[in-house]
Amino acid sequence: MEMTLGLNHYLILAAIMFCIGMVGVLTRRNILIIFMSVELMLNSANMTFIAFSHYLMNPEGMVFTFFTLTVAAAEVGVGLAIVVTIFRKTESLDIRKLNLLKN
Amino acid sequence: MSLWLTSIVFIPLLGALILILVPSSRSALIRGWSFAVMMVGFLVSLPLFWTFDASSAAFQYVEKVPWIPSLGINYHLGLDGISLLLVLLTTFLGPIVILGSGAVTKRLKGYFISILLLQTGMLGTFLALDLFLFYIFWEVMLIPMYFLIGIWGGTERIYAAVKFFLYTMVGSLLMLVGIIWIYFNTTVPGVGHTFDYTLIMQHASFPAQAQLWLFGAFALAFAIKVPMFPFHTWLPDAHVQAPTAGSVILAGVLLKMGTYGYIRFAMPLFPEGVEFFKPAMIALAVIGIVYGAMLSIAQTDMKKLVAYSSVSHLGFVMLGLFALNAQAVSGAMIQMINHGLSTGALFLLVGVVYDRRHTRKIADYGGIAKVMPWYAVVFTIVALSSIGMPGLNGFIGEFLILVGAYQTAPVWTIIAATGVILAAIYLLWMIRRVFYGPMTHKENESLTDLKAREWATLLPLLIFIVWIGVYPKPFLSKFTVSIQQFLEQAIR
Amino acid sequence: MDHSMEQAVEQVHQAADTVVAAAAHAPDLHYAIWLLLFPLIGVVFNGLILRKNIPEKMTGWLGSFMIIASFAVAVKLFFELLKLDPHLRAIDVTFFQWLHVGSLQIDFAFLIDPLSVVMILVVTGISSLIHIYSIGYMHDDPRFRVFFTYMNLFVFFMLLLVLGNSYPVMFIGWEGVGLASYLLIGFWWEDMAKATAGMKAFVVNRIGDFGVLIAMFLMFSHLGTLTFSEVFPAAANAWSNDINNGVVIAIGLMLLLGAAGKSAQFPLYVWLPDAMAGPTPVSALIHAATMVTAGVYMLARSNMFYMLAPTAAYVVAMVGAVTALFAATIGLRQNDIKKVLAYSTVSQLGYMVMACGVYAFGAGIFHLMTHAFFKALLFLGSGAVIHTMHGGLHHINDHHTDPQDIRNMGGLRKKIPITYWTFLLATLAISGIPGFSGFFSKDEILAYSFMNFNSGGSILPYALGLIAAGITAFYMFRLVFLTFFGKYKGPEGSEEGLHESPGTMTIPLIVLAILSVVGGWIGLPAVFGEHLNKFAGWLDPVFHPGFEAVRYHPEHLAVPMEWALIAVAVTVSLIGIILAWNFYMKQKRQAIPDDQQSGFGKVLWQKYYVDEIYDAGVIRPLINTCHFLWKQFDEKVIDGGMVHGTARTVRWGGGVLRTLQGGVVGSYAVMMVIGVIVILLSLYIR
Repeated sequence: MEMTLGLNHYLILAAIMFCIGMVGVLTRRNILIIFMSVELMLNSANMTFIAFSHYLMNPEGMVFTFFTLTVAAAEVGVGLAIVVTIFRKTESLDIRKLNLLKN
Repeated sequence: MSLWLTSIVFIPLLGALILILVPSSRSALIRGWSFAVMMVGFLVSLPLFWTFDASSAAFQYVEKVPWIPSLGINYHLGLDGISLLLVLLTTFLGPIVILGSGAVTKRLKGYFISILLLQTGMLGTFLALDLFLFYIFWEVMLIPMYFLIGIWGGTERIYAAVKFFLYTMVGSLLMLVGIIWIYFNTTVPGVGHTFDYTLIMQHASFPAQAQLWLFGAFALAFAIKVPMFPFHTWLPDAHVQAPTAGSVILAGVLLKMGTYGYIRFAMPLFPEGVEFFKPAMIALAVIGIVYGAMLSIAQTDMKKLVAYSSVSHLGFVMLGLFALNAQAVSGAMIQMINHGLSTGALFLLVGVVYDRRHTRKIADYGGIAKVMPWYAVVFTIVALSSIGMPGLNGFIGEFLILVGAYQTAPVWTIIAATGVILAAIYLLWMIRRVFYGPMTHKENESLTDLKAREWATLLPLLIFIVWIGVYPKPFLSKFTVSIQQFLEQAIR
Repeated sequence: MDHSMEQAVEQVHQAADTVVAAAAHAPDLHYAIWLLLFPLIGVVFNGLILRKNIPEKMTGWLGSFMIIASFAVAVKLFFELLKLDPHLRAIDVTFFQWLHVGSLQIDFAFLIDPLSVVMILVVTGISSLIHIYSIGYMHDDPRFRVFFTYMNLFVFFMLLLVLGNSYPVMFIGWEGVGLASYLLIGFWWEDMAKATAGMKAFVVNRIGDFGVLIAMFLMFSHLGTLTFSEVFPAAANAWSNDINNGVVIAIGLMLLLGAAGKSAQFPLYVWLPDAMAGPTPVSALIHAATMVTAGVYMLARSNMFYMLAPTAAYVVAMVGAVTALFAATIGLRQNDIKKVLAYSTVSQLGYMVMACGVYAFGAGIFHLMTHAFFKALLFLGSGAVIHTMHGGLHHINDHHTDPQDIRNMGGLRKKIPITYWTFLLATLAISGIPGFSGFFSKDEILAYSFMNFNSGGSILPYALGLIAAGITAFYMFRLVFLTFFGKYKGPEGSEEGLHESPGTMTIPLIVLAILSVVGGWIGLPAVFGEHLNKFAGWLDPVFHPGFEAVRYHPEHLAVPMEWALIAVAVTVSLIGIILAWNFYMKQKRQAIPDDQQSGFGKVLWQKYYVDEIYDAGVIRPLINTCHFLWKQFDEKVIDGGMVHGTARTVRWGGGVLRTLQGGVVGSYAVMMVIGVIVILLSLYIR
């Protein structure tokens, strides 16, 4: 029996990636890890775009992915800058210490 | 279309913008410039008194330009008999307020910019004929006043400023909801939904039930501003903490926003609401008269005493408005002007001794008529005007209000008339404790009488206090026709 | 019955028409404004223009001449009216529109009629004399100029009061004289008691003014006008067939409240004795001769309402009679020469008010006039006495002995003969000794009150008035005996310093003494002949419409009856005088020192404790209520409860919701995920 990779496989993979990313965001304390998890979630969305684009033979999805990648690159730049600043300020990457809004 | 009204409204703003460019160190220039701007504003508005056509109830000098046409918002200004005197009162008090700010030295530039901004806000409120525009001006006033109290005020200034801001804001938000409701429920053929006051007056007819709610929303906003009993407690705090000029503006003009709101918007737009709430409004007004006067009797702080007396005097205005006949409403109109003049003058006078002694406690004075004889004379005249002495302005207002109100609500009017007795008690008692008797405090022996600058602030007020009392006709005749129209609109 | 009523109404209308007709042919009296302008010029010059370096004499004479000039105008107006037919003697002189709003049409205008002319003659005449007197009395006062400013201001407002042709214009003057009185009572305000007395006068008067205001509201809402020439015919029209209508009674009572405030009637008289804190010329002019009679003037002016409301008139009569007696009894035990005169004034004002209550309006005004003469004289005389005592005490540098206390006087007759003789003449006049002015006016009032009893009224006004007359004679002669007779009781050595006052003071005394003697002869009682009462004849056009409106024609007393009444009145007065002579001359009793007061005498000496009762019953509760409202209600309930309560509720709500905003980004993310799941589920379920 020939195994073909259908749309569903891609979607399931994307969903799994998304969940891994989400759980990472929710459970980890280290900003860097959280940041990586967010990237994971973002890429799962990209994966979905590409899958649908191929499936529907519509190039727009691909275009979107490029946009997302560009934005993500910028975001990584800004995000890492913030992470560095935070580390300089607090000398840690523990998110629990970033609670200035509380009280 | 002339730009007369626009220039009246925006001259102070323009002056404020230019003031930003002046270095903060040049304090004399800042004072001089602010005074000049106010003076120009006054002189530009003054010819209105003669050119205004008092035989017409229509809006005059109208300016109407689409502003945000997609939402039916116009830049619409206009003047009628009701707003004429209030506009003139505002521009008239402008230069006086600047002169009365001699004691302010802190952050001078910001102070005068705030006052000039406030002036634009107040004039805009009196002249706007578009509900949206009105609301903007209404809220614009709030910010400079907040700063005036909060930065240049007394020791409790932050509390007073926040209280003033929040209290007024709560009311005006309800009004905003009302305004939006009106917008969506007014459809003018060829125009669609609109915020335009004149169009709404012509085309809108709101269901009776809705009018009750709308009147409630507007009335609450205005009642807080007036302030009516029991929404008055922000006033003593604001007055006591505000600098002298702030108190003068607050008493002289800002409180009139509330009563003006009733006579311009709440009452003509919602006659059903007027009909329904009239007994309650009259009752609250009369309670305010007596209650304000009684609290004044108990005060030990001169400024607080005058502040509570404002509650009493504005109660007279509200009684007059809701008595809904020619005498009472005319009386209410003239009483608005009177209160601006007399209470404004009283705050200036309290400021005079405060600047010298830095206390407002009545007990810290006593027998100062000896060292300040002219001050005592002026104070007494202004107090008598506030008491309602015939021959001075206060009597004209109170008498017309009471004579008119008696025809609508005799029992409440009789109770209100006791306010006349109480007014004599609290003001004369204060005069006795401050001016008469032996000199009880050594510090007071070196007090100096009125200076030229103080005379310059008080004399113009005194002239009108006497003029309106002796010959009120030029003032009364300005709004006779407008009030007739108002009565037709407000009586169901 | 109906027919006669209709006739009455018709006649009232005719009367109103003739008034209107008169206005058409009336002489131009616009120069009457000078009556007001002269005193106003005095105010402006003395108060604003002239500076401190102006000599005292010039200030004083400027002020006095302005009043004399007004007097001249008043005399001219009198002769102008005299030329006219009696029916036409009511002329409205309009100057400008004052309050015109809707149906309320009030002009700044005068009504020149017999009543107002009598009043302006009395006011300007007496004022002129008292101004001249003040030049001497106020000599060397540091605020001499201010004094004359205030005095001129007073005359200005008083003339406006009596000349105004409508209630509101009258009310300007009404409050204005109150202001002048306030300023002059507290003229020496360095003394807190004096400043307080001024304030008390103003506030108590305000209670009366409240009554006048309510009366005006009633008139306007029921009759639609407040102008004299319209409101009285309108009232007659509305109520001449409906006597004692509730509204007209209310109007009458409210006007009475006003009169009680201004004319110091029970229970609002309390300010007048305290008002003696002012300089003595002020007491003479304002608190004896003129201002305090304004209430009586207003009652007489409003005669129509009392004709239409006999019940209100009865209350007026009773208030007047009770005041006359009540104040007279207090006068028995006072030891301050001015306090005795003050209570005597209250008592005499009671007579005038009582006269208005028994429809003897003319007699009331007559007594107002004669009282102005002799009471002004008494006060000026007392001023001369005080002036003399001051001189004596100053001579020995004594600043503690009270120069107004009769217990320090005695035997002054020889030292100051002019003062003594003039004072004695005035005392004879007030005691009602035949031939003196007070006799005629008081007799007329008593005769009218008896007449009122005869035609079905109550005997009380007459009886109380008669008793008060006897008491008056007693306490006035007590005052004369203790002050001018016996031995001098002042501090040792001060006797050398006692001198007669200067000419500016004694000449007014002499003029007033002459008036106090002959002033009554223009109003001789009916027993001497039908038309000899020129005064009543002169005023008749003012009161005639009221009498006609209700067809009030009381039966005149028979001649023997009149003689009997005169005999009774004179006897009562003589008994009073003889008793006083017996006590204070024959038995040589003295006034009782403060620490030996006892029994009912002490109650009288303490003025029935009325001031204390007011203090405990009205003033303190009011102040306490105000304080309670402020501290307990305003600050705690409204501000603390409502305003801060709202704020607290919001803050509490915020506190609850704040826990959701923990500041931990992780928790936000969890919530976000939960939210997304909830939304997706809700979509799926639907």
